[in-house]
Amino acid sequence: MISAMITGVLKRWVQNVQEFTLLLVDAVRQAFTPPRYLVDTLMQMDSIGFGSLPIVVLIGFFTGGILALQAYREMSVFGEVGLMGELVALALVLELGPVLTALMMAGRNSTGIASEIGSMVVSEQVDAMRALGTDPLRKLVIPRLVATAVTLPLLTILADFCGLLGGYFVSYMTVRLSTAQYWTSAYQSLSYKDVFQGLLKPFVFAIVISMMGCYEGLHTTGGTEGVGRATTRAMVVASVLIIVADFFITKFLMAIGFY
Amino acid sequence: MSAAPAIELRNVSLSFESKRVLAGVSFALGAGETLFLLGVTGSGKSVLLKLMMGLLKPDGGQVLIDGQDLVPLSEASLQPLRRRMGIVFQEGALFDSLSVFENVAYRLREEHLRDEAAIEQRVREVLRFVEMEAAMDKMPSELSGGMQRRVAIARTMISNPSIMLYDSPTGGLDPVTGYSINVQIAKLRDMQHVTSVVVTQHLQDAYELANYVYSAEKQTLVPLPQGSPATSRPLTRFLMLRDGGVYFQGNEQEFTHSPDPYLRKFLT
Repeated sequence: MISAMITGVLKRWVQNVQEFTLLLVDAVRQAFTPPRYLVDTLMQMDSIGFGSLPIVVLIGFFTGGILALQAYREMSVFGEVGLMGELVALALVLELGPVLTALMMAGRNSTGIASEIGSMVVSEQVDAMRALGTDPLRKLVIPRLVATAVTLPLLTILADFCGLLGGYFVSYMTVRLSTAQYWTSAYQSLSYKDVFQGLLKPFVFAIVISMMGCYEGLHTTGGTEGVGRATTRAMVVASVLIIVADFFITKFLMAIGFY
Repeated sequence: MSAAPAIELRNVSLSFESKRVLAGVSFALGAGETLFLLGVTGSGKSVLLKLMMGLLKPDGGQVLIDGQDLVPLSEASLQPLRRRMGIVFQEGALFDSLSVFENVAYRLREEHLRDEAAIEQRVREVLRFVEMEAAMDKMPSELSGGMQRRVAIARTMISNPSIMLYDSPTGGLDPVTGYSINVQIAKLRDMQHVTSVVVTQHLQDAYELANYVYSAEKQTLVPLPQGSPATSRPLTRFLMLRDGGVYFQGNEQEFTHSPDPYLRKFLT
């Protein structure tokens, strides 16, 4: 009885992974062939990208501020407060900028995508769409994937910059660190490899965020209650996958001798 | 006209996980005929409609539309077939972010028709057919259930389908609104000779559509005169599903006069 239950759970899990992978492969493959829904893609960029600006700016600014505050506490012991810019820049560009921005986007957009598509599924709008000659993969999934893949790296750059501003603001207010010292230290600490890593991660996270929202939305069952479940699952799974992917991207880059 | 039936199912079976929904379902429907799909809730009627539209694939068997099996076809290959068909979902399934006009024009835009004047003319034409032209600029949320279904009929009509599938078109509607939907179904059947499959739990609707025809002059349903020849009557069939299989199929007379206890129970 228990073994049957475990087998059932494992089978469902493997099936979910398989279906998610197939959806992702189909979406990537078909993104390069017509018909394309450019207007839908631009609308999604507006909703996903521009709509996320306020939270990204706020989260970025205060994260940089917090980093500077914590750094000041430790660095002042060793008299190295001049390196605050370097610490804030490296922490933000390599990890906190991409990860926190992606987590915010997962909270806002994975859930939004899952609930929107899920509502369309339970009200048979997706079936109606197919009956009227539209492939939901092209109309619903690919515009969201492309929009997120384009906007998340841009939002991450903005979050990084706002974080550096936050760090500068705190550095100036706490230790009166000069503008030149802070920004020079921050700028010189970053190499092109760091910037590449800081932009590679949001690109991968964008795929996780958009595809998880689409996958859960398209597999919604059970009416409005099911939409709620799909929304929650999209947020939870996307958040976990972002952290897991972050670890593996970092490990992979180290393993191939990128650093 | 093709000699093959408009719709034919051969030994179709389908299960969702361990639950068997359909098993060995077979029937054929000629062009211009109307089939009423009956059965208790959960007997697989709506699933059968989705199979006919290619929205679901059966585990076994064949689904033929005008003689072409749609089971092995890909989503892209199904599109030419779907263009000849229309489906009206239970709640209409209108796109809630689009106006009535855009809902009805949806298919034309998907087919990259650029002439806005031609689009508007065609949309007005089909909306006039279902008497919804005045609601053209409204959003679906502003419409009643009956109005939404009439717009859904107009949306499917835009490509002049030869086959229409209706999933409980009068379900949840008051008798007056339900009658107006039946008028639209009969109008399409009698004026455009559309092959129809109607899922219903209202036997009254089935009898009404079997014994009344649309009068263009009176713009409503009129009863067939007593003793009218069989050729003037709508070609109507009844099919009942039970436990995933076909329990009964026949014409109205056979259905009404069947001594079968289960059918009698359903009829009363």
